[in-house]
Amino acid sequence: MVYLTRKAEFAASHYYHNPNFTAEENQRIFGKCNNPNGHGHNYTLEVTVKGEINPQSGFVVDLKELKEVLNREVLDAMDHRFLNKEVPEFFAKVPTTENLAIVAWQRLAPKLKAAQLHRVRVYETPDLFADFYGEA
Amino acid sequence: MKAYLTRRYRFSASHRLHSPEMSAEENRAAYGKCNNPYGHGHNYFLEVTVSGQVAENTGMVCNLADLDGFVKAEIVEKFDLQNLNTMQEFADVVPTTENLCVTLYQILQRGFSQAHLEKIRVEETMMNSFEYAGGGKIRH
Ligand SMILES: [Zn+2]
Repeated sequence: MVYLTRKAEFAASHYYHNPNFTAEENQRIFGKCNNPNGHGHNYTLEVTVKGEINPQSGFVVDLKELKEVLNREVLDAMDHRFLNKEVPEFFAKVPTTENLAIVAWQRLAPKLKAAQLHRVRVYETPDLFADFYGEA
Repeated sequence: MKAYLTRRYRFSASHRLHSPEMSAEENRAAYGKCNNPYGHGHNYFLEVTVSGQVAENTGMVCNLADLDGFVKAEIVEKFDLQNLNTMQEFADVVPTTENLCVTLYQILQRGFSQAHLEKIRVEETMMNSFEYAGGGKIRH
């Protein structure tokens, strides 16, 4: 089994808010991230796939294909977007780093053919990242 | 769904690697330049990884403010700009980054209860890093 990681970057804005919480609860739990006008990050996405090396091509996965899936399913949808308002998963879900990793996984996993998704890592800043391995 | 959240912190400290159980020559042989009598310093990076179910209502494994608050009060405030050799934690053990890594893990393990502590990683320099997960396995 060989693991291959592809990196991508996107810039997006978001804010943290749960309509089921009171204004005070939102403020207490989410702090500055609750500002309704949002704020932004340069996110880095790392997608790790695993598989056996194809004896003919020498590839685990065709990087060009992986890049296309990544661009179409994640980057086109999230780059230069306000996540809460433009990405349907976040209409009802708080766009935390954890949830971004989960949503990216859910968008990518069904579209990858040759290789199997191993891990999605999302960096919100160089000092904060979340990993999702598809675990329940 | 289970996710892993990693936060990176930094602090600077000095240390000298020297074991009272070894002779001067043995210390020199084991620790080289790190045995120089007045010590030297590093800009350490600490990466703390916690794991758990992502809460439906907050979207979080744990509130980052809680983790930041704990690490700042219990680790950064106490270790930043200190000489590790003078600290009680290193009264009986050599302040290698291995021992620092275990010490920091134990501080988190004992005091931080808002999420499961998965592992920690300490970078001594860009070239050296150390990871510890207690008895647990490290997932990459
Ligand atoms: Zn943010």
